[in-house]
Amino acid sequence: MSPLAFFETAVAFRFMREGLTQTLLIVFGVALGAGVIIFMSALLAGLQENIIRRTLNFQAPIQILAPDQVARSLRTDDGTSDGVAIAAQIQPRSQQLRSVDQWQKILTSIERMREVVAVTPVVTGPGFTRRGEATKAVSIIGIDPASYFNVVALPEKIVAGRYDVGPTDIVIGTELAKDLGTAVGDKLSLATAAGTASTLIVAGVFDFGNKGVNERNVYVAFRTAQSLLDLPGGATSIEVKVHDPFAAETVARAIRHSGDLQVDSWISTNAQFFSAMSAQILANTLIRVFVGVTVALGIASVLVVSVVQKSKEIGILRAMGTARAQILRIFLIQGGFMGLTGALLGSLLAWGFLLLWRGVATNPDGSPLFVVVIEPSLFAIACVGAMGVGILSALVPARRAARLDPAVAIRG
Amino acid sequence: MADGTSSAETLRLIGVRKSYAVGTSVEVEVLHGIDLVLRRGEFAALIGPSGSGKTTLLNLIGLLDRPSSGHVVVAGEDAGALDEIAATRLRGRAIGFIFQYHHLLPAFTSLENVMMPIFATRGRADGEMRTTAAALLDRVGLTPWRDNKASDISGGQQQRVAIARALAMNPALVLADEPSGNLDTENANAVFDLMRSVNATNGTTFLIVTHDPRLAQRCDRLVELVDGRIVSDEINRNVRRRD
Repeated sequence: MSPLAFFETAVAFRFMREGLTQTLLIVFGVALGAGVIIFMSALLAGLQENIIRRTLNFQAPIQILAPDQVARSLRTDDGTSDGVAIAAQIQPRSQQLRSVDQWQKILTSIERMREVVAVTPVVTGPGFTRRGEATKAVSIIGIDPASYFNVVALPEKIVAGRYDVGPTDIVIGTELAKDLGTAVGDKLSLATAAGTASTLIVAGVFDFGNKGVNERNVYVAFRTAQSLLDLPGGATSIEVKVHDPFAAETVARAIRHSGDLQVDSWISTNAQFFSAMSAQILANTLIRVFVGVTVALGIASVLVVSVVQKSKEIGILRAMGTARAQILRIFLIQGGFMGLTGALLGSLLAWGFLLLWRGVATNPDGSPLFVVVIEPSLFAIACVGAMGVGILSALVPARRAARLDPAVAIRG
Repeated sequence: MADGTSSAETLRLIGVRKSYAVGTSVEVEVLHGIDLVLRRGEFAALIGPSGSGKTTLLNLIGLLDRPSSGHVVVAGEDAGALDEIAATRLRGRAIGFIFQYHHLLPAFTSLENVMMPIFATRGRADGEMRTTAAALLDRVGLTPWRDNKASDISGGQQQRVAIARALAMNPALVLADEPSGNLDTENANAVFDLMRSVNATNGTTFLIVTHDPRLAQRCDRLVELVDGRIVSDEINRNVRRRD
């Protein structure tokens, strides 16, 4: 059955058609508002996604490390359990490279957490690479490829060679390859400050899009790193990937509470960047709220005028047996329809602008500045939201119309 | 009947009073204990000078307002015992209105205007509603204008549409407030003839407020209201029928 077969819908649509200019103006107003909200939301989501992807490109959202070694104060034995401190000052202890105690157990227990996607052990430490006369300081990262690639998408970043890390393989960044003048298949020496060294074959070259990382990080097999860094059977950290990167700090806190571990989330290690992003989200939310309120006020004001203009008709409808609830619904339908139609039009507008943005906002090489994903769910949410705002903003004028005294309204 | 009315009665007013607050403390009574009975098929005129309380009384009878005291019994139902929703239903079912300025809905066609009371009561459109409205428009001689917007037809035609609309729910009582007050003599007579014809064939009770003594003389009964009191209520034995 057509919606127009229902009394309230038929009257609502006829009222809107009667005041077509007013209706069109407010629909365009809603369209602009909804378009701005959708466009800004998509842009911000794309920007966030891009920043997060770039940040978490080479870094796990959560890193579990062995707790820092702490120097304890020397105390006298005065008969009490704590004693009395002898030294006034305690020099902080220098931190040694050491393994996370019982890392296999910890890894298994973290793997079971609902929020966790993947877990991997890593052995990492300082070293330097040498090829001919060239020497570069690097960060040795010993990985278990099977689990590590679930946390950090290294294979996607390989620009030459392969990403397999066998016992004699090393994967290096583009910058390091350039500095050492090396390519896939070349041999290079990897050594540590302790004097352990190994000659490895360059299996692949990666590009994380970050000069520092491309220059510093080298990936070797887990056991290779263990022997180079003199940590047999050890893992210096456990890297954790979670479903929601924004929940990383909460998950990190939960892990921290479960044992004597140092747990860092990407949020705490990038606090400054994260607070800038939070400010951006807040500003965007405020803009969206204000645009939403403006749209609501627009719809409400048009309907208030409509109630005044149509008070005589409302009085007649009431005189011929139309219930207050029916009058209420006539105006709520108008509000909802204006909101929905405006949002549909706004969705088209935003879609067009997003396509335009994709074409215009590009890097010098023609690649997009950042990927803006046009999510259908965003449009659906905007349409449902605008319809809700329309109905809510129609509530006051609709109640006013429903409460009109028919005798007074007819007399005018 | 439980409320003391007989089934032949369309309307019974018992001691109806209406007061309005003037300012915060003063109340002015505009109707002072009205008693009136209209039987099925009566064609009565409510006459009286301006400010005598005719429109107030019509609003009370039409359940558009509630009396300060007394009872308004329409089609056997005491309106005072009904809540707002039930009173609205009774109004839609039992009472038809004809106003001086037709008060049609300008956004709708003549046919849709006539259908409107049935549409509002039933909540959804059906074929029978359209057939009833078309038959009523035919009866008032407006079939050729059924699809014209209410704003696109003449004043006389608009008032005839208003009569057809008032009859849409086949009400027991039609209240007409100066139905010909805005029309020329020819159209006024035509509208009046139409109401008389409906009254004769359907047995619908009419209560017509009019200032026009010539038209009042064509009614079967004359009720005169002065200063909120019925001062005379008599059968018009010299009804002048144009036909």
